[in-house]
Parts: sequence; C-alpha cells; structure tokens
Amino acid sequence: MSSPVIRVVDVNKSFSLNKQKSLKERAVNLGRERKHRDSFTALRNVSFDVEAATTLGLIGHNGSGKSTLLKMIGGILTPDTGYVERRGRLAALLEVGAGFHGDLTGRENVFLNASILGLTRKQTEYYFDDIVAFADIGDRFIDTQVKFYSSGMYVRLAFAVAVHVDPEILLVDEVLAVGDEPFQRKCMERIKQFQREGRTIVLVTHGLDTVRQLCDRAILLDHGDMVVDGSSLEAVRTFREKYTEEPVHDDDYGGRQATITDVTVTNGAGNPADRFQPGDTLGVEFDVVPGEGPTIDDWAVGIALEDHLDNVVYGTNTHLQGVTLPPLSDKRRVRFRFPDLPMLEGQYYVTVAVHDTGGGITYHRLDRRSNFRVFSDGSEVGVLYLSTKIDVT
Amino acid sequence: MTERLTEERVDAEGGEARSAGAGNGSTPGAAGDVGPVVARRGGPLLSAHGAEAIAAMPMQRVNAPQPLFRGFGTALREVFAYRELLGQLTRKELKVKYKDSVLGFLWTLVRPLLQLLVYSVAIGIFLGSGRVIPQFGIYLFTGLVAWTLFTDILGGCTGAVVGNAGLVKKVYFPRELLPLSVVGAAVVNFALQLVVLIGAYVVTGNWPHLGDLLLVPLAMLVIVVFATALGLILAASNVYLRDVQYLVEVGLLLWFWMTPIVYDWTKVRTTLVVNNGLTGLFQLYLANPMADVVLAFQRALWPGGHTAKGAAFFYDGNLYGRLGIILVVCVGLLYVAQRLFARSAGNFAQEL
Repeated sequence: MSSPVIRVVDVNKSFSLNKQKSLKERAVNLGRERKHRDSFTALRNVSFDVEAATTLGLIGHNGSGKSTLLKMIGGILTPDTGYVERRGRLAALLEVGAGFHGDLTGRENVFLNASILGLTRKQTEYYFDDIVAFADIGDRFIDTQVKFYSSGMYVRLAFAVAVHVDPEILLVDEVLAVGDEPFQRKCMERIKQFQREGRTIVLVTHGLDTVRQLCDRAILLDHGDMVVDGSSLEAVRTFREKYTEEPVHDDDYGGRQATITDVTVTNGAGNPADRFQPGDTLGVEFDVVPGEGPTIDDWAVGIALEDHLDNVVYGTNTHLQGVTLPPLSDKRRVRFRFPDLPMLEGQYYVTVAVHDTGGGITYHRLDRRSNFRVFSDGSEVGVLYLSTKIDVT
Repeated sequence: MTERLTEERVDAEGGEARSAGAGNGSTPGAAGDVGPVVARRGGPLLSAHGAEAIAAMPMQRVNAPQPLFRGFGTALREVFAYRELLGQLTRKELKVKYKDSVLGFLWTLVRPLLQLLVYSVAIGIFLGSGRVIPQFGIYLFTGLVAWTLFTDILGGCTGAVVGNAGLVKKVYFPRELLPLSVVGAAVVNFALQLVVLIGAYVVTGNWPHLGDLLLVPLAMLVIVVFATALGLILAASNVYLRDVQYLVEVGLLLWFWMTPIVYDWTKVRTTLVVNNGLTGLFQLYLANPMADVVLAFQRALWPGGHTAKGAAFFYDGNLYGRLGIILVVCVGLLYVAQRLFARSAGNFAQEL
C-alpha cells in the first residue's frame, strides 16, 4: 500500500565555477579556459524515497547541497545524472514573495503569486479574504502598491499566499522564520495543519529544533553526500556531533584585575565531561587568579548557560545567590554544581565572568568558553526536562 | 484531471463555508483567529490528500529528458495547463510597463506615432516620397504597426528569462511562459495601435479595400509565429551569452531597413532587377518574412494602394501563397525553437 510520493534516484549534480557571460570575457579567457574550469560537486549519489504524508527535513551546513536537492525535487534544477520522480501537485516555497512585483498592488500580487504557486483564479478568489486576513495587513492596504508596504507587511502577504496553496507536496526552504512572533506561530500552525491533512512536506532548515518538532524523518547532507537518512533525532544528533562549533576561545574581555583560567565542565563525580542526560549533575569549575594590583575585596563570580542560538538558558552569580566570598588574595577554585539537569537534547555553551558585586566592573569575562551536549531519548521535545507522570482515569 | 477534481472540491467547500459564515454572522478569518480557518478546511481536504488519493496519481519523472525532436506536444499541453499563469504574467507585463505614469497606456502609442511623424517629415516631405506615394502617412503606419509588433516580441523575449531571474530560480513553471507572456502583451499593444489606424481612416475618410482584409490575420499570424520562434531561441541564448541582447538591438536596426516600411518595394525592384538584372537577389529580399508581412499589411490596410496613383506601389504578387508558405516554414521553425529552448531550460536556474 505504502507508495513513495517522491523518489530520488542516484542524483548527481555539479556546478561549473567559472561563469563567463559575455563574448569579451570568453575571448579574453579563451586560452585559459581549461585551467579555470573548476567544478563543484553539489550532490553525489543521492537516493531516497519519501512516503506519502511524511515530513522530511533536509539538514546540513551551508553549501551541503540541501537547497540544490530541494530545487531538483521542485524541478527548478535538473540533475546531471539520475532522476527525480514524484506524483501529485507540488508547491515550492523557496523564497517568500519570489513572484511579487513592487509596482503591482497587493491584490494584483496575490493573484499573480497564487497562480505562480499553482492556484487557479477561482481558487484564489475563494481564498482571497482568508489570505488578506491571514496576512493581517488591513483592507486599506490591499489596493496599494506593495512597494509602499512595510517589509513586515510585504512578507506576511507573500507568506499568506504561500500557505493557501493546495498541493500534495510542499517544499519549504527556510521561509518559516518571517514576521513577528504571533505571525510565526500562525505559520507553524499552518504547517502542522498541512501535516494533519496528510500532505507530504520537504523542509530545508537550519533550525534543528524545527526539524525535531516537525519532521518524521531527516536527511543529513555533508558536501553533497547523504550522511544520515533516518529519524529526525538521529540526523540532528549526528549533525551536532559532526559540526559542533568549537567554543570561542579568544573572546574575552574585562579589566584583568582578576583572571579566569582552566574552565572545565564536569560530571557528578567531578571528572571532565561533555555529554549529559537530563537529570544528570552538571558541574562547571574554574580558577580565579588575582591580578597584579591590590587585593580585591569586592568580587563575585557569574555563570551563564546559553543554547546554540545564544539564548541564555540560565544565569546567576555568587552575589545573587548570597554567597559571601573571601578577599581575592590568592588563586581560588570556583565550582558550580547543577544537580538534576533540567534540559532536553541540545548543544549548550558556558560563559563565565568575575566582576564586582554591583556588576558594573567586569574583571574578566570569557564568552562561550566551554560547551556540553545533552542527549535525551526522543520521547520528549522542547527545551525543558520535566519528570512527567501521566495518569489516565 | 487533477485540476478538475480540485475545482469541484473548492466548490463543495465554498458552499459549506458560506453556510457556516451565515450561521455565526462573524467575519471569516478575522485577524489572528486561525482556529475557524483550520476547523473549516480540515475536514474536506483531509480525505482528498489521503494516501489513497495520492497513490492513485501517476508517478512522473521531474524534468524528464525529452528526445530533441519529440516533446513539442508535451510542452504545448503543459503551457495549456498553465494558461492561467500565462494570463497573469501577460497582465503583469502590461500593467507594470507604464505603472505610475499619468498617460499610462497611451505611451504605447507615443513611440509609433513619433516614428510616424519623423518618417513622414524626413522621408515624406524632405525626400519627396510623400508627393509620389498617396496617403503616405497611412502607408508608413501600416508598415510600422507590423514592425512594432515584431520588435516588441523579439526585444521583449530576449530579456524575458534573464529579466525574471528571481522567478526562474525559485519557482517551477514551464519556462516558455516567460517569452509567451511577452508575446501576449505585444499583441495587446498591436490591437491598440490598430485602433489608432481606424481613427486615421475616420479622419481621412478613406477606408481600405475590403477584398484583401483577410491578409491581416494571416500576416499577423506569421509575425507572431516567426517572432515567437526567434524569441524563444534568443531568450534561451541570452541566458548563456548576454551579448545577445545587444546583438538583437543592432540586428533589428539592420532588419528594419531591409524591410519596405519607409520606402516602397518598387525602388528595390528597380535597382536590383531593372538596372542590374539581379533577380535572384531580389527574390532573396522578398524571402525576408517581414518584407512579405509588411507588403501584406500595406496591401490590406493602405487605401492609397487602390488609387490610380498608388497602384504602382502596391504589391500585386500572390501574397496569400507566399505568406502561407512562410507560415508553414515558421511553424517548423517554432517547433525547432521550442525544442532548443526546452533543451536549455533545465539549466536556466543555475546559469542565471
């Protein structure tokens, strides 16, 4: 019964890197042509099937070939060898407002863009009020040329058209992150509705959390090779393993009245570690070394845990915690312990600082000096680990 | 088939939505309330997108490589399936061109009218053709109308794919639509200029001879087919070599003077055949499709040709036969052009 909706068979694609568009350039470079003809392999032997009603995420770092692959499924690029098959109608949201023309009014653009995305005029007329309402730009603006729109209105209108398409296959390339927060929620809701309706979605994104939340399956690409084809958890995990950013080592600042050295992430037993599970004990320890000047009486040590998007997940300092510190006359070892780590899978970074208790003077601060990873088993999504009890009566 | 199903479904849904809207009396989908939208659409679409429905659809190869000399029919069908988009793109071409200008569409007429004025004065009065050829203004205009249609299509097509790079790189649709929308817009402009021509008849009180009016649609068809064929080739080659657009400009200038628009064809005959006996060269001159088209327009739409004085400048050869042959050749050319275009269309997105 289960039959693929998209079938990608042994697809290869490379791009030639020298682009010479005019006769002059070609003539000038005639002799050197051969030497300059570098090519760049965007995809190498990629094959997979996508079953109906699957949401597939394509992940990988920049230049890994995921957008190229998406464009091939969409028929915008042709593979060098191999082929792509698919069934049903397809709509590709590769760029918000790709077909928008600034000189046309909002209304005209809705009709033009909708027909580019494959809606008939009749369907567009039927959806028109919904599209305008979804974009939330107000009736007064719909007959204004879109070049006078604020950028937010422009994008919202474009996206509103896009989410009203009615395809069996939807290709989405990194366009979910537009508009303000309520609008993003609306978009996410819409994608989930598409899923409920049993449509097949192929999604390219850098947002690994989005992949974890939305996708049943994910493919990890690395320089054109398919590295992982499996559950989104597996692909995201491998991606994090492979391309963990090294913590930034040279980003430190402060007056150096005191210096932090030897930042170590440890486990419950006090041994260096960088992998944790929710509920484990996390330790962070480092030395604070006084500088040349007079002994510092007024000092405090702060710590912040940040996620991969620089959001501070947790932060505190000794002053706020009511810990009284002895004068900094000698080297001190500071140990933070966080029992029952309440975080789900992800990559986290540690920032530490030593400063005065008022927080006005920074002696030394190390941004994202160290990092650790949390692995959870996939039975939960989100950021927070809660010890869930379920009771059904 | 798919499209039909979809439309029916929308109809069914529409009925449901309207009755629901009437029931609670609220504006459907007011700002922020995704809820009702979801609830309303969830039901009917669910079944239509179920696995069974999709499994019933045929598996199709994306951008299946077509043999060079087959696939013209497929392309035609595809363009037909996308006819609504073609209409929208044509409308865009027309709307965008003179948007924000006070005179708007009238500007379309300014260029041919100015050409008409310049040539009437320079050639009609200074060079004296106006004293020889009766109703010289209309004589010029009939030729210019045909020529403008030809250059609008050719010039527009050349930039059609490159100018819409944003679309080509991001959305799939038959790429032929881009040049074809230019053709559509040019035909609309052509129709507008014919209205001016009719105005000129009203003013002068001289109406063309009815007998040859059938030449107009035939000649127009030749222009459209011929220019579209060339336009497809130029649009595709301009993607790979941007010099094409400049070559077209220069080429059109040369071509203009190779076509009997501002001078009459008898001068060419006199020079080539009577004075120098170069009949072959004269035949080559007449083999230019645009020469035949312009001669046909003059014969059909220039009332002066049917006066005793104008008869000499009136091409009396078998234009129906000539245009018929040219049309057949042009259809063949269109076929080849489309195949060449389709061949290269797969790589447009990466070349732009």
